[in-house]
Amino acid sequence: MLIKTKKGLEIPSSEITPKYLYESRRQFMKGVATLAAGSLLAACSPQFGGAGAEEETAVSSDQSTTQSTNTAGKANATADELGDPLNSYQDITNFNNYYEFTQDKQGVASAAAGYQTTPWEVEISGMVNNPGVFGVEDLLSQFDQEERVYRLRCVEGWSMVIPWNGFPLRKLLELVEPTSTAKYVRFETVYDPDNMPGQKSPWFTWPYVEGLTVDEAMNDLTLLATGLYGEQLLPQNGAPIRLVVPWKYGFKNIKSIVKIELTDTQPTSLWMEAAPNEYGFYANVNPNVDHPRWSQATERRIGELSRRPTLMFNGYEEQVANLYEGIDLQENF
Amino acid sequence: MTIKITPKTTRNILRWTTHVGSLLPLALLLWDFWAGQLGPNPIQALTIRTGDTAVTLLLLSLAVTPLNIVFGWKQILPLRKPLGLYAFLYVVTHFLIFTWLDYGLNVPLIVDEVVNKRFALVGFAAFLLLIPLAVTSTKWAMRKLGKNWKRLHQTVYAIGILAIIHYVWAVKTVTTKPFVFTIILVLLLVVRIKPIKQSLISLRRNWEKRSVRQASSTI
Repeated sequence: MLIKTKKGLEIPSSEITPKYLYESRRQFMKGVATLAAGSLLAACSPQFGGAGAEEETAVSSDQSTTQSTNTAGKANATADELGDPLNSYQDITNFNNYYEFTQDKQGVASAAAGYQTTPWEVEISGMVNNPGVFGVEDLLSQFDQEERVYRLRCVEGWSMVIPWNGFPLRKLLELVEPTSTAKYVRFETVYDPDNMPGQKSPWFTWPYVEGLTVDEAMNDLTLLATGLYGEQLLPQNGAPIRLVVPWKYGFKNIKSIVKIELTDTQPTSLWMEAAPNEYGFYANVNPNVDHPRWSQATERRIGELSRRPTLMFNGYEEQVANLYEGIDLQENF
Repeated sequence: MTIKITPKTTRNILRWTTHVGSLLPLALLLWDFWAGQLGPNPIQALTIRTGDTAVTLLLLSLAVTPLNIVFGWKQILPLRKPLGLYAFLYVVTHFLIFTWLDYGLNVPLIVDEVVNKRFALVGFAAFLLLIPLAVTSTKWAMRKLGKNWKRLHQTVYAIGILAIIHYVWAVKTVTTKPFVFTIILVLLLVVRIKPIKQSLISLRRNWEKRSVRQASSTI
């Protein structure tokens, strides 16, 4: 049998270093602390919330304005491997599900503005030979940051094409060496109810938890993202480090990670806890397995008016279908 | 000169507040649509906002009778009809956005969603049940239907329940807002149960009598 590899699906590492990286390196060389660089970048980032319409029409020499309207240039790609164009930086940073801040998708950007993500540490523990605590700057300098253009399909029925910057989770796992007993990877978002008002909501069990099997985590598609469009992640997109698993529904892509634990028991995610019959552990994008209350057969790409059919595994069937051989996807939703 | 507030002025104020208040969400929606302020997912924004307003107006129309029972506000009774009709207006808009803007009148997709998915099914049922109520909202239909008019219009309780279920099922999981809406609906329906209604009315009458007596004894 001939095994074909679609063009572009090999996902080449980006040749070009994301802007926030070389900027921070230059800053470092100048002797300025990376911490200051981080806050400086945050201060330059575009203003959000309601300013959207103005920004597009306003003619301004202000650098931050030009940045936010002219961002497409900062991603190397202009489309995903299926030829669908990238969503705009404006849309990606102003339409977010991040219940820790607010349940209003268009309100997350303003609610999360100014959230402090420096310094930041990720603790890796559990069934690994080399547990440890990693500063995000260390992860940025230790692993090459690649550009990966992925489709993101929300369980609510909308989708985007996003040029992420980051590194495969596999590389980090290879460094910490999971033991042979480890079967799952459990992720945890920061718990900070004073600055994340949504975490005071009694309807969910905080902090946000997500999980993958070790095989899923080792898949080359699985990314730890630190940026998008060559810019450092903004708080609303899960700064400073978040998971991106493009063949699964958006809620699997846990944001602002502080803990990664290797374990032999299947983690119970926040959504599994909230509604176990509706949100499963796998949560693979699948047009043939509907949400109990609504259809998953179609989706709306943000920026488009008509619906488009949802693709099996969100279009990544070739790369991930082998992970689920012999597994009933209807049962294991 | 002092302005005397006659029952007629009260009636007019209430009526105009209802009209303006009910049309305002539509005006804001059209404004945002025209100004391109509906955000990255405009169709979802239109769906949510018309749905929200429809449920709110439906609950308000269902609140008129209980408010009269508990507080004796007879003046608001005529508001039931415009509130119900405005709720219907938003339901129709909501339905058109769903079938036309969202699903591009793709019949197989719409049928699949409406028949097979309980979330859309209950919403659709509520819409269908509202049609006869809207059609028979005229004085003429009221006369023509006689006793049956009241019976027919009592289906609004079922419609309220369906609408709230639709609302609760539309969100990823229940949180504060759908929970509060549910509680409000339950209260509005409970007040209508005969023994509860009667005891609330007698409670109010006793209280009114006592305050009248107190007022006369202080003179």
